[in-house]
Amino acid sequence: MKGIPLSALLGLFITGLYFLAAIFAPWIAPYGMSQIVGDVWEPASSQFWLGTDNLGRDLLTRMIYGGQTTIFVATMATAVSFTLGSILGFTAAVYGGVTDQVMSRLNDLVMSIPTLIFALVVLSVMPVTLPVLILVMGLLDSTRVFRLSRAVAVDINVMDFVEAARLRGEGQRWVIFREILPNALSPLVAELGLRFIFAILFISTLSFLGLGIQPPSADWGGIVKENREGIVYGIPAALIPAIAIVTLSISVNLVADWALNRTTSLKGGRGG
Amino acid sequence: MADTLLEIKNLRIEATVYAPGEKPRNAVIVDDVSLALERGKVMGLIGESGAGKSTIGLAALAYGRGGIRLSGGEIVLNGRQIRGAGAGTLRSLRGREVTYVAQSAAAAFNPAKRLMEQVIEATLHHGLMSQSEAEARAVDLFRTLSLPDPESFGRRYPHQVSGGQLQRAMTAMALCPKPDLVIFDEPTTALDVTTQIDVLAAIKTAIAETGVAALYITHDLAVVAQVSDEIMVLRQGKMVEHGTVQQIIEAPREDYTKALISVRSIDHKEKLPSPAPLLTVQNVSARYGLIGKDVLSDVSVEVHPGQTLALVGESGSGKSTMARVITGLLPPRKGEILFEGKALPPALKNRSREELRELQMIYQMADVAMNPRQTVAAIIGRPLEFYFGLRGKARDQRVQELLDAIELGKGFGDRYPAELSGGQKQRVCIARALAAKPKLIICDEVTSALDPLVADGILKLLLDLQKREGVAYLFITHDIATVRAIADSIAVMYQGRVQRYGPKSDVLAPPFDDYTDLLLSSVPEMKLGWLEHVIETRKMTSAGN
Repeated sequence: MKGIPLSALLGLFITGLYFLAAIFAPWIAPYGMSQIVGDVWEPASSQFWLGTDNLGRDLLTRMIYGGQTTIFVATMATAVSFTLGSILGFTAAVYGGVTDQVMSRLNDLVMSIPTLIFALVVLSVMPVTLPVLILVMGLLDSTRVFRLSRAVAVDINVMDFVEAARLRGEGQRWVIFREILPNALSPLVAELGLRFIFAILFISTLSFLGLGIQPPSADWGGIVKENREGIVYGIPAALIPAIAIVTLSISVNLVADWALNRTTSLKGGRGG
Repeated sequence: MADTLLEIKNLRIEATVYAPGEKPRNAVIVDDVSLALERGKVMGLIGESGAGKSTIGLAALAYGRGGIRLSGGEIVLNGRQIRGAGAGTLRSLRGREVTYVAQSAAAAFNPAKRLMEQVIEATLHHGLMSQSEAEARAVDLFRTLSLPDPESFGRRYPHQVSGGQLQRAMTAMALCPKPDLVIFDEPTTALDVTTQIDVLAAIKTAIAETGVAALYITHDLAVVAQVSDEIMVLRQGKMVEHGTVQQIIEAPREDYTKALISVRSIDHKEKLPSPAPLLTVQNVSARYGLIGKDVLSDVSVEVHPGQTLALVGESGSGKSTMARVITGLLPPRKGEILFEGKALPPALKNRSREELRELQMIYQMADVAMNPRQTVAAIIGRPLEFYFGLRGKARDQRVQELLDAIELGKGFGDRYPAELSGGQKQRVCIARALAAKPKLIICDEVTSALDPLVADGILKLLLDLQKREGVAYLFITHDIATVRAIADSIAVMYQGRVQRYGPKSDVLAPPFDDYTDLLLSSVPEMKLGWLEHVIETRKMTSAGN
């Protein structure tokens, strides 16, 4: 692990911090998640590091628990979208012809509907639970991943080494997972960083609109919603989650860039 | 000497290499090379890839590709030191006193502009002539280069002319500003032999008529012998030998030069055909898509066990389509393919694993024929696992045996394709094909992307393996020298038909049909005056002309 650039180290550190805080939330958080410990919108003090929220709950505690939900949902949704999107995308590219046409046009159809509106409609019909949220977000995002992985795989699919595998008699599964996937990783990793951040923004947006994580559970979008009136009185509580989202976005992408450099390096790199 | 145009003294060129997993280090690309070129003379720079010949050529423009540094020595052009000269001086120099002809004309032209506009662009940019003067000169040059319709040729777009014509258009572009020096960087390497000869003749005429001096860079000694006055042989950035064409060709002093000259002199005695052919292609016709022209029409050939059939022809003659039909990638429209007397299912997906195993393929570009994310051991090991169910130790042992068979030692198994040289990559591809213990290997232009000496090694290896393993080859190539070296029988293909077919000794013996004559006579020979002789005596000109 020698020679990690400073930017990647910083990214790794901050990302690691957020994830650790999310995982160990019950042990780190100074107070209970919905415990009312002070006055409404108290400023930051040694007792409440980030102040308190609109109901007098400790904001740091809320942020840590909120991070747990937000990061968990975003991670799971990204995992769903990448697994589904890339496998379907590769399949479309490898089979080609009618299969590809049907899958791609269906994908276009789903993509033509604005994601947020689509999600709002679905979530107003379905019960809003974590698994439903994750599935809806994952499915909607997988259309983007599908397009990317199909485009990448189409290029790789015509390379001689894939033809060599076909001539050997390998099945489609081998071609997809052993020949194409390892060579498609670089663009997918780059996309992964971006998609994860979009997932965080998406879940925050849904929560802000009241169709995401339901109170009293905390999440970053929800915290903005609860504290938005404070902005008028110069209370920064609603901006804290925004700062968290920005720092997490940047650091995740710093790590993704570094991973990208590594996977495209000369050793085993495509066309290197 | 008063008429020395270009003088390079003790040139040293360096670059920083960023090897994976290592600290960046300094690599010397060209070391202590000196040359002097008189006005109106042509010097050939010759060497394998990595010899630094293109780098030296570009240094005459005081230009370095990528992170290259012209770190030492002198480059004197027209009595002026140009190494380290300012950007303004260089701009006024390039495209005026020195011009450049690149290898791939197709990549060097802007596809969205007409040829004339591009040919006279540098001339106009330097304000050397008026628009109409420049156009008149371009038309003259088109005529000198024997391009069709010189008057209207410039109105075409790059995609409307053939590769050979485009290469000549680029020569016109380089000659248009009346430069003192032209750098030709492998101008005919990407062309068919039959096209190459026309371009070569055109370039030679143009050089003679305009009296320009030239540096002619190529890896093909036979080509350079036709156009140059002097030859410099380079290897790994150092000069090996320098002399007149006559001296280099007829009395080379250095061992390396001798090796370059005697390349492909493998003596291969043809074997008699056996009664039972291994592979029979019977009256096969094939086309891409449902409508359109047949790419193969009514082709019939046979490959005998343990022997080599060479398919020869220029690009577009249907050679590679033949490989696709035999492997089942492109089911034929008509006709049958028999393997050991039994009909093979036309489509790949209907063939049994055993049928697939017996027929393996080696590709032209070893680079893209191997998964860059798999180690050599994984690449060679997969067929063993797939066809024979070998795993663990047994597999590793067999992989090592195969690596030994292709003359790569220990330690290669853990490498990735990017860490191998061109020749080594092709050897790994051979090992992968051999791993399946096939009866027939289709070799699709396996040596054409390699340097002559490396290609020689690959051919020797293939012949050796044939002797030991008794494998038959279907050898697809455009290179007659390769065919002479390796074939037992030959099929000459022209526009999708077999023009001439039979044992090697018959096919390569007169009387020839017109096409075979053209093909045979177009292969550059290491003889002075060969080019003029061929142009005078041949019966037809290339289809790609």
